[in-house]
Amino acid sequence: MGRIELKDASFTYPNGFLANDHLNLTVEQGERVAIVGQNGAGKTTAVKMMNGLHKPSEGDVFVNGKNTKDYTTAQIAKHVGYVFQNPDDQIFNQSVYAEIAYMPKYYKMNEKEIDKRVRETAALMDIERFLKSNPFEIPYVIRKFVTIAAILATEPEYIILDEPTAGQDLKGIRILVRFLDIMRERGVGVITITHDMEFVAGNFERVVAMADKRIILDGNVRECFGRDDILERSRIKRPQIGEIAGRIGLGRDVLGAGEFVERYRR
Amino acid sequence: MGFIELKNVTYTYPLMKTPALRNITCYLEEGRFYGVIGENAGGKTTFCNLIRGLIPHFYQGKLEGDVLIDGEDIRKKDIDVLSTRMGYIFQNPFTQISGVRKTVFEEIALGLENLGVPKDEMIRRVIEVAELLKIEPLLENDPNRLSGGQRQRVAFASIIAMDMDVFVIDEPTSQLDPEGTERIFEIIRMLKEKGKTIILVEHKVDLVAEYADEVLIIQNGELVKMGPVKEVLSDLEMLERGAMLPQAVILNRELKENGIILPEVPVTTEECVRLLSERGNGHGKD
Repeated sequence: MGRIELKDASFTYPNGFLANDHLNLTVEQGERVAIVGQNGAGKTTAVKMMNGLHKPSEGDVFVNGKNTKDYTTAQIAKHVGYVFQNPDDQIFNQSVYAEIAYMPKYYKMNEKEIDKRVRETAALMDIERFLKSNPFEIPYVIRKFVTIAAILATEPEYIILDEPTAGQDLKGIRILVRFLDIMRERGVGVITITHDMEFVAGNFERVVAMADKRIILDGNVRECFGRDDILERSRIKRPQIGEIAGRIGLGRDVLGAGEFVERYRR
Repeated sequence: MGFIELKNVTYTYPLMKTPALRNITCYLEEGRFYGVIGENAGGKTTFCNLIRGLIPHFYQGKLEGDVLIDGEDIRKKDIDVLSTRMGYIFQNPFTQISGVRKTVFEEIALGLENLGVPKDEMIRRVIEVAELLKIEPLLENDPNRLSGGQRQRVAFASIIAMDMDVFVIDEPTSQLDPEGTERIFEIIRMLKEKGKTIILVEHKVDLVAEYADEVLIIQNGELVKMGPVKEVLSDLEMLERGAMLPQAVILNRELKENGIILPEVPVTTEECVRLLSERGNGHGKD
């Protein structure tokens, strides 16, 4: 199995703005990682280096052993799919079906295979009823699912999601959780940027916290929520259950209700 | 402007077969903070459009029942006058900015200009509101080059400068980070203290629990529950109907199933900590 590796990778925008300062990070294929931190911390720049949209200004990024500097973005993106934060930055086709079919077509798959992939991914994201719709006439949160399906249809080995739960209701979050589980079964790595700490606590074991262009923690989700200094520096808040547990002395790293009760009874 | 009343309101958008909202009856009191929660596409934004008079003045369609503002039928209200008393903050901070003004200062002044406020008064009010929302450093900036969080604060500033009575706010924080979200809620808290009527659509139900007076749950076009925050958010049946409830309520259910009974259902962190601390049982308070 492959992996994505950032080795002392820095990125400076053409205007001279340094967005990532010497990042070191390895994500194994099949792994699930949440990237958290304040806006402007460098999260989106970091994931754009992982799929070749940005090539590091200093240091190296390897995808399955290939240095991204030696390949085009299109070549890297075949392995690492990136779902934009704002779906409108990604969507350009006139129907949801065409949007999802676009990349498989680009990769010259046959009609039957394309149709199969469109229907499968649409079912996975629960958007089958919108296949004939114009993507710009459906709600924002559904458009977000269209962009996830469109990336999924290329069957990448890693998928990067940027704020998938923003604006989602309970049903939407359940679809995302199911999506994560299916990716795990298929051995697809998922890297998620998110501000939703309940989503992190419930679905991720590994958390990368970023602040001020750097990675300040790469560890277990319990370590992240258990450390006030990390939360303070990355300007995030632990989920409500962890906060309550911490305040009554059960430990700030409690992730869920079941665990809370277990510790409470001890 | 005072109270808003909906009596048996059913509304169907043009060309649609099924109503977006059905049989809505509710009374929104002046100066109270109402949180509106529920599934996406369930009718929350349509509810906002009704209160703002966009239905029936902008959207045609079929409106049955009555929407009353200060007891007067909204059909008879002048929408231009109404829009000077009722402010609206969009979900997407990028659609809020007019795009025609070069600086944040001018952007905030736009609404005042339209109201015909004299220049001196206008400048005074823009500076005052910028101080209040801590955005003075942005006044000379290009509004199209702000971050999402900054845009939302400028949007609030424009509305607050016009001294509206009612604020209808549609998911203002869904694209913001926790710090940006906190700043927006600080602004909303301030509006509440000033006695403004607030109608806030928001998925972050823990924040609704903390700040709002009353909650409305709108699911599948119906107002399934309305009442004081605690009463509505502690109702576990709402979870089965697809509404999000605070983690504190889910935790209480888990505690109860394990024989740990609290005297009331906590809906906020503070309440939950207090109830568990009071219960004691050898558990430290710290």
